[in-house]
Amino acid sequence: MALKHVNAVVIGAGAGGGIVAKELATAGLSVVLLERGKWQTAFDCRKDDLRNQRTWVLGNAFGPDEDRNPRVFVDLEGRERVVTPSDNSYNNNAACVGGGTFSYGAMAWRFMEQDFRMRSTYGSVEGSTLDDWPVSYQDLEPYYEKAEWEIGVSGDDSNNIFRAPRRRPLPMPPLPPNREYQILKPAALRLGLHPFDLQMLRNTVPYNGRGPCMRCRWCVGFACEVDAKNGTHNTVIPKALATGNCELRTESVVKEILVDSRGRAKAVAYFDANNRLQEQTADLVVVSCSANESARLLLNSKSRLFPAGLGNRYDWVGRNLQGHGYCGSIGLFDFETFDDAGPGPGIAICDFNHGNKGFISGGLLTNEFIRLPYQFSKMAAPGVPHWGAAHKQYVRQYYPRHMVIMGPVQELPVFDARIQVDPKVKDYWGIPVGRLSGYRHPNDMIVAKFLSQKAAAWLKEAGATTTFNFLPWKGLSGGQHQAGTCRMGDDPRTSVVDKYCRVHDVDNLYVIDGSVHVTNGGFNPVLTIMAIAYHASEHLVNSWRGTHVA
Amino acid sequence: MEPAYKLSRRKFLEAAVLATAAAGTSVACGRTGSPWRFFTVDEARTLAAACDQIIPADDAPGAAWAGVVNFMDRQLCGPYRRLQDSYRYGVAGLNKSSRLLYGGDFALLPATKQIELLTFMEKGKAPREAWQKISSSEFFGMLADHTMQGFYGDPRHGGNRDRASWKMVGLAYPMIRGRFKYDLTKG
Repeated sequence: MALKHVNAVVIGAGAGGGIVAKELATAGLSVVLLERGKWQTAFDCRKDDLRNQRTWVLGNAFGPDEDRNPRVFVDLEGRERVVTPSDNSYNNNAACVGGGTFSYGAMAWRFMEQDFRMRSTYGSVEGSTLDDWPVSYQDLEPYYEKAEWEIGVSGDDSNNIFRAPRRRPLPMPPLPPNREYQILKPAALRLGLHPFDLQMLRNTVPYNGRGPCMRCRWCVGFACEVDAKNGTHNTVIPKALATGNCELRTESVVKEILVDSRGRAKAVAYFDANNRLQEQTADLVVVSCSANESARLLLNSKSRLFPAGLGNRYDWVGRNLQGHGYCGSIGLFDFETFDDAGPGPGIAICDFNHGNKGFISGGLLTNEFIRLPYQFSKMAAPGVPHWGAAHKQYVRQYYPRHMVIMGPVQELPVFDARIQVDPKVKDYWGIPVGRLSGYRHPNDMIVAKFLSQKAAAWLKEAGATTTFNFLPWKGLSGGQHQAGTCRMGDDPRTSVVDKYCRVHDVDNLYVIDGSVHVTNGGFNPVLTIMAIAYHASEHLVNSWRGTHVA
Repeated sequence: MEPAYKLSRRKFLEAAVLATAAAGTSVACGRTGSPWRFFTVDEARTLAAACDQIIPADDAPGAAWAGVVNFMDRQLCGPYRRLQDSYRYGVAGLNKSSRLLYGGDFALLPATKQIELLTFMEKGKAPREAWQKISSSEFFGMLADHTMQGFYGDPRHGGNRDRASWKMVGLAYPMIRGRFKYDLTKG
């Protein structure tokens, strides 16, 4: 039996898709929200420190499942291999209702004004497709605000002199400082830095009908046991369903987007929870599968009119894949720095996001989420053995006496860092899988070295007796912060979607997620994905002229 | 969807496995004649000795006491199923190296010799003829990592008995409110 025609199909119930579904359903459109993962609860994760979205040695907890979702990864030497989601090279982002927002650390950054004008700020860069966004910070400001109030953000960035102007303060105050914060703040001030209270999508007081953070140590990578971490799964998606206009179908794996003879999207072919192929017709199709899977879906949607896949007339789909290489420093102290007050990070600086001398871009720095004991066992200082009695003594002594300061490098987009569709390997459903290949721009490592030195200096000022730095790996970057593969732009020859996230040559097809980011900021990208989703949704609703089906 | 009788049979088997494991004679993972799921008695003894040099006992328990071998045994019948061959080969390689260098099984060597051999392996300098299929450094790296996981990871996975490592680093238990919401003793 054919499925009932709807106004819109939204593919992917993550940060972008959840918001779009809610905005469209609230405006009265009938919506089907397809999600390949499940609707999980905190009970499905239960603070498993070896199986979560941060540490996946025993598997990833939030999908996609290990057995049915391979990818092909091509390393810097050109060797290719098939990888599963719990392999680092897979560059996984969680597949469940809420997407990454279900288990993330929930830092809630607005990008800075320069982050939308990288080409204007730094000029053209060899080896990079660096460009300006077609929207400005000012265009997105009201939508950042909407995300902060509707999803729920706590913190206080009033001491951040580098921030872009905001009209409204955040709806919730920051968490009380933990011991790390108390040690790091005076040290930052002595160094002339400008520390402030980190913003997070986290309840610190009762908000939206849910209670505050209980400050446990299992935050980033875990589902929140008390539902104080705000994602789309506990805010906009329930609202969308409550309108009665939105139906959520989980465990639905989309195969391709079908077009009609005029080249408009007409339906989505997907495998339902029982692995039966279904066809859902709709007036609008919104792709919100995050950078890797959105590009894969467009590339897999081949037809006579679009032989290279949808939106791919000029070969831009899947390119400019970027994420965030993390860098920073670990400091050892001769006094206790650990007070077990989660989530851990609370103090941040934006002194080094822009305006650095001799290179392009930069990134924020903040103290890290609580390191669980297994994670710390991997943080042996130089000269400390990696096993044996001395290693054990090191863990015992420094677990409660260490701090980590780190931050994401704003990466320069590279045309050859990309996801394609593999010609041979298929997933469980017979759909060609993503094939990742490419490299970083050399500027990334320069930024990483610089930022990690600044992190080390901050730790030393705070009293660290030893510091040692870490840098991102040299290969392709596109993990949980994956972005860039369906770039937004005014010129259809050098971008995939317009500034409202509409695919240039298919007027009822949208990509609304991190894929559209031209550049990814020196910040966690989720709040920007949310702002873009509100911005695009408003345009969608305003331009809605009713169904095409009588 | 599996038919109902299959589910109930699986449930029955799970219960049976738990019961036999408690009685000390597990049958999971297809092995008979050993109290372990995957390892032979000799393999388990060798691994216990090796793990106990990777994380030795001092005034806090070592890896063997904390159940790291049990952790490995359990994961090799679960998420680490793909590593079964590596373990089988690696433990044999460890003993073969030990016999070649010191004329006896690894578990029976004095601690200094055990540490010496593990150091050789870490550097990839164990006797070549014992390590044809995988390198000794690759096996050692895996063994050391899994020992850390079993010792410092959550007790639900079969290691970190009595939360020994968490007590060692000063993580009180129960830590803060909300911790008893779930039954953490189940895997």
